Amino acid sequence: MAKRAFAAATVSAFVLASAIAWAADETLPLPRQEWSFDGVFGTYDRASAQRGFQVYKEVCSVCHPVKHLHFRDLAEIGYSEDEVKAIAGGYQVTDGPNDEGQMYQRPGRASDPIPGPFPNDQAARAANNGALPPDQSLIVKARAGGPDYVYAILTGYKEPPAGFKMLEGMNYNEYFAGHQFAMPPPLSDNAVTFADGTPATVPQMAHDVVTFLTWAAEPNLDDRHRSGLKVILFLVVAAGVFYAAKRKIWAPIH
Amino acid sequence: MADVAQQNGSEAHPGETRRDFLLLTAGAIGGVGIVATIWPFVDTLNPARDTLALSTTEVDLAPIQIGQRLTVAWRGQPVFIAHRTPEEIKAAEAVDISQLRDPQKDSDRVRKPEWLIVVGVCTHLGCIPLGQKTGDDRGPFGGWFCPCHGSVYDTSARIRQGPAPLNLWLPGQVEQASQALYKFTGENVVTIG
Amino acid sequence: MADNRPGAAARIIRWIDYRLPFVQFLNHELNEYPTPRNLSYWWNYGSLSGIMLVIMIVTGIILATQYTPSSELAFESVERIMRDVNYGWLVRYVHMNGGSMFFAIVYIHLFRGLYYGSYKTPRELLWILGVIILLLLIATAFMGYVLPWGQMSYWAATVITNLFSAIPLIGPGIVTFLWGGFAVGDPTLHRFYALHYLLPFIIVAVVLLHLVALHRHGSNNPLGIDHKGPQDTIPFHPYYTIKDLFGLTVFLLIYTFFVFYAPNYLGEPDNYIPANPMQTPNHIVPEWYLLPYYAILRSITFPILFISSKLAGVILAFSSIFILFFLPWLDTSPVRSARFRPIYKWVFWLLVIDVIALGWVGANPPQGIVVTVGQIATFYYFIHMLILFPLIGKLERPLPLPSSIGAGAPMAKP
Repeated sequence: MAKRAFAAATVSAFVLASAIAWAADETLPLPRQEWSFDGVFGTYDRASAQRGFQVYKEVCSVCHPVKHLHFRDLAEIGYSEDEVKAIAGGYQVTDGPNDEGQMYQRPGRASDPIPGPFPNDQAARAANNGALPPDQSLIVKARAGGPDYVYAILTGYKEPPAGFKMLEGMNYNEYFAGHQFAMPPPLSDNAVTFADGTPATVPQMAHDVVTFLTWAAEPNLDDRHRSGLKVILFLVVAAGVFYAAKRKIWAPIH
Repeated sequence: MADVAQQNGSEAHPGETRRDFLLLTAGAIGGVGIVATIWPFVDTLNPARDTLALSTTEVDLAPIQIGQRLTVAWRGQPVFIAHRTPEEIKAAEAVDISQLRDPQKDSDRVRKPEWLIVVGVCTHLGCIPLGQKTGDDRGPFGGWFCPCHGSVYDTSARIRQGPAPLNLWLPGQVEQASQALYKFTGENVVTIG
Repeated sequence: MADNRPGAAARIIRWIDYRLPFVQFLNHELNEYPTPRNLSYWWNYGSLSGIMLVIMIVTGIILATQYTPSSELAFESVERIMRDVNYGWLVRYVHMNGGSMFFAIVYIHLFRGLYYGSYKTPRELLWILGVIILLLLIATAFMGYVLPWGQMSYWAATVITNLFSAIPLIGPGIVTFLWGGFAVGDPTLHRFYALHYLLPFIIVAVVLLHLVALHRHGSNNPLGIDHKGPQDTIPFHPYYTIKDLFGLTVFLLIYTFFVFYAPNYLGEPDNYIPANPMQTPNHIVPEWYLLPYYAILRSITFPILFISSKLAGVILAFSSIFILFFLPWLDTSPVRSARFRPIYKWVFWLLVIDVIALGWVGANPPQGIVVTVGQIATFYYFIHMLILFPLIGKLERPLPLPSSIGAGAPMAKP
């Protein structure tokens, strides 16, 4: 048994070491936030996710697409079927070609993907001094540090320290590697008016939009945590029963 | 697992029944585990959420003049929308249904008599019948004509001649008895599915 | 009726068995099969490997019903599986984490073999078949990782296929041939998909040979001595079937913890960025189970005679596995199990630490102390294989072996 523990320890040490090695790449240690979806029993705070969608829609979507999200997905964070239809209907979506061979615009439907601000990457770059605002549907999974990192970036803008030379058009961000960040600070107090009356401070908006984005990247989390609990409980019971059976069967040998 | 008990002890040991129970429990747990695991993997083959989302389509009927017909795509199949003329409606209603291969009243096949909405797939072997475009052969009953094996449908899309066994399906209808899956959801708008 | 039923079943079985000895075969190989009575839990990892192979094939086929192997659509098709396909996220995470679990299990299985001398006569071919399985597994995993077409997928494919350009003269030609183009691209993705689907079935065939070789002489055991009679063995069923089942549930607990609560812990965030041929990620890192080979590859920073440092790195990285083929002959010990080898039993752990150190090196950017450690660890690895194995076997005095498995030796502890 000691050998088993030793082996487990070496494997864990190895895994931990690589994780640490990866994390050590960052500029500053990331401040840890508290998220409703943290931990084994975590779930998405739907009210927060809805506020986050509002922040995305009114602020971020000017530059950033969420191409893997469909309007119908919004039902998962608590919007009703009618609300989803209304949200979709508020967008113009390109469809076609029609019988004349032309592409045309029509109001969005629930089954449509949420359209992005630009028709293609080149248009996006042209509108943003050559920088490409990345798609946000997976951003939380695509960055080391996940939600904490995105939150830190959104709240990490400050004046560059004395003597630090900023490149043309860049913004100083504490948590971005190299500190030269192409995106200007997107959030300012009361940039958005929340429907539920929550005061729209920068930390609040950042918190909510990160909750929304984490859901966007990982919509299965609630399901996954719930079914995971059942599976693991089942396996614990099964392990116990199989162990007892093993001891019983092996009794004459020992 | 029961044969283990037979293998290892034909003599009755005191711990024997406890071991049987344990093995039985272990077997049951294993069985439940396997069955419970299989279902999600099989379920991946059922229609996915994006497929289900595309299962509804809305059609604007305003541009379809009387006597005109439109074909729309729905769930991967063509759906015939016919804006019937009064003559077509009369002809459809006047038929003696006891003479039909697949007896069905015209009133059972439409919600509004001037709009006939059916799935445009021949019930013989699946070709798409002609009759939607001007100039198409509509067959002797002025409905639709399937060029593959000569099935003829009337102005209610019921089978009249040829090898097809059944009338053209109403959208979503698997048996003739169930409700057709479309609704008129607005001025000149029909939602199918 | 109760009388007829067992009779009828037995008659049908006898009819089939007379023509195709299937039940007889299963009975002999899985039921009565005499197995050493003293196997420890380190012997669970063989059956666990087999189960992982089945899990990977089943989940892989299910993914294949939904995945699109085109450079335009691959990334999106995986996201569709994660979001829209019923339980798609579950199948994907099981397959993704299964790759890591499979390697963890196989590596433990391999090191078990190293410690207890399972590669020694008469099990040399058994061992060689195992190394072949490992190579096929690495190839399969490498190609599988390319399929989601993320940044890491694309750039790992680029780096590893570029290795072949180190081969003198024909190298660059081979690389173009592998790519099917002038860079990793759509043709590369298509062929990797076809091969990723094919190789596991070749692995199944080699695993069957592996099992045939195993059953020729039976399993090794912690004492490393041959079993000499019925007092040394017990039937595989029910003893090892229940023990394997128990081990399986414990393993599944670890596996499902990753799948349900930390599904991306062992992966790279960069692979959630769609492949961009115009932009290299800051750090190109393979999955953890390939890190030691990657470390060896990068540790040769100087040419050796007429061999460029790049080619030397490639040769040594591949050699680190090929050298395992020769292990039965490199190791000169007359005794199998490290339990009775007073020097080797400690030196073995040096190898374990060395491999872990190589993993750490592979995970980090090749700068400063990382490079030095990598070079020392690479050097030690080959010293261990080429010098320590032959030398220790010759120089150490093994402890006296027990007379038999059944008598006196400590029993397998639960």
